[in-house]
Amino acid sequence: MNENRMNGRFESALRSGRFVVTAEVTPPDSADPEDVLKAGTILGKYADALNVTDGSGANCHISSLAACTILSNAGYDVIFQMSCRDRNRIAMQAELLGASALGLHNVLCLTGDDVTAGDHPQARRVFDFDSIQLLQTARIMRDEGIFLSGRKLSAKPKFFLGGADNPFVEPFDFRPLRLAKKIQAGAEFFQSQYCFDVERLKSHMQKVCDLGLPEKAFILIGVGPLRSEKTAKFLRTKVPGVMVPDAVVERMRKTLSEKKREEGKKICIEIIQQVMEIKGVAGIHMMAYKQEEAGAEVLEEVGLNNKEMMR
Amino acid sequence: MSLLKRLRDYPHILEVAYQFTERVVQRLHPLFKRIGYVQADALLRIPEKIGKGAVFNCQMCGQCTLHFTGMTCPMGCPKNLRNGPCGGVRLGGFCELDAMMKCVWVEAFERSQKMKVYGDGIFEIRPPLNHRLADSSAFINILSLQNDGMPNVWQTQTGIVHERK
Repeated sequence: MNENRMNGRFESALRSGRFVVTAEVTPPDSADPEDVLKAGTILGKYADALNVTDGSGANCHISSLAACTILSNAGYDVIFQMSCRDRNRIAMQAELLGASALGLHNVLCLTGDDVTAGDHPQARRVFDFDSIQLLQTARIMRDEGIFLSGRKLSAKPKFFLGGADNPFVEPFDFRPLRLAKKIQAGAEFFQSQYCFDVERLKSHMQKVCDLGLPEKAFILIGVGPLRSEKTAKFLRTKVPGVMVPDAVVERMRKTLSEKKREEGKKICIEIIQQVMEIKGVAGIHMMAYKQEEAGAEVLEEVGLNNKEMMR
Repeated sequence: MSLLKRLRDYPHILEVAYQFTERVVQRLHPLFKRIGYVQADALLRIPEKIGKGAVFNCQMCGQCTLHFTGMTCPMGCPKNLRNGPCGGVRLGGFCELDAMMKCVWVEAFERSQKMKVYGDGIFEIRPPLNHRLADSSAFINILSLQNDGMPNVWQTQTGIVHERK
């Protein structure tokens, strides 16, 4: 084992073998640190670690690095999300070093949603790296102590590296092999896109297990409560890579409007309970944008209440 | 779609053509060395641009990987991914950016599965693009450059899963 491997609470929780919960925090459109803390309060009580998104959906918010630092200083274990959309390789490596120096060791390496999805579609897309190259670069910096130029670092960064998984979009047969490729590049944990299609997930996980990947990296499955069929439609049309089956949309549509919130929670609980039974799954990743309360209630109801992690 | 572009649906034939061309270029290596790589690049650049442009919509990145990506040029991906596909693929395998366009990487994967020579190349990690090589001959770059300043740790690794030390 490399001495530069970071053993934070998130990693320890995963290695302990218990079912782990992470939750997504959308950093606010604000320069007030209190607003960042507020964004993490509700789900922070339940999660082993908080993910801070990096301009998710290509929308502009306070930087992930800054928000992570604020949350980390407040006692949360955080996962710093880094997308390849906005920075070139010089900025990426600089930021990786900076993150480690600030004590942010969990890094989720993403390709990133395209600029056209967000509020600045006029922006230049960078994509100097893709997610796999970012993972490999972070691993090289950590293990070899050099920049990609070959220049030596005087102190190696510490990282626990993660990647994204999307079992719900094509090419389905390639997705498990792509995870293998990411592990080869350096991924030690995965967090998946929203799961609304458990059958698809099962067949994906079967192939993942056949490749022996859960022994090499921890896999967390993305979940989240729907507010209404409108949210479902928003997710599938406006958020790249989210698949919501028609049956789920239909179920939400048929529900009386005052019961929609409960129904959304119920669907989410059912999915979590099924996901917990799937071999090779190490935990869940709760994404409940503007639905944090409902997300927290879901976690409470399924008994995933990891309160011991706090402070 | 033009007739030439339709050739892309026969990747097993194209990969043999690619292999043949690469061998010819390698045979000519001593000659290119004698006339100098700059001259050789000037000689090959235009035919490469026309030939690969017509069939693969080549963008002249100067570091061709199309034989490793199902004889499908990854520069056609709007995110320019060298290790795709991303997670934004739409229902039916369409591009996140252009709902009318089939995802380059969905096609690349499908085609790679029909290829016997280079088919497994899609499972290897490709290094980041070297933007200085844009608009130069990829065949000559393969001969004249070695690893191009990347640290030695960035070797293309073979095999699907590799155990970290």
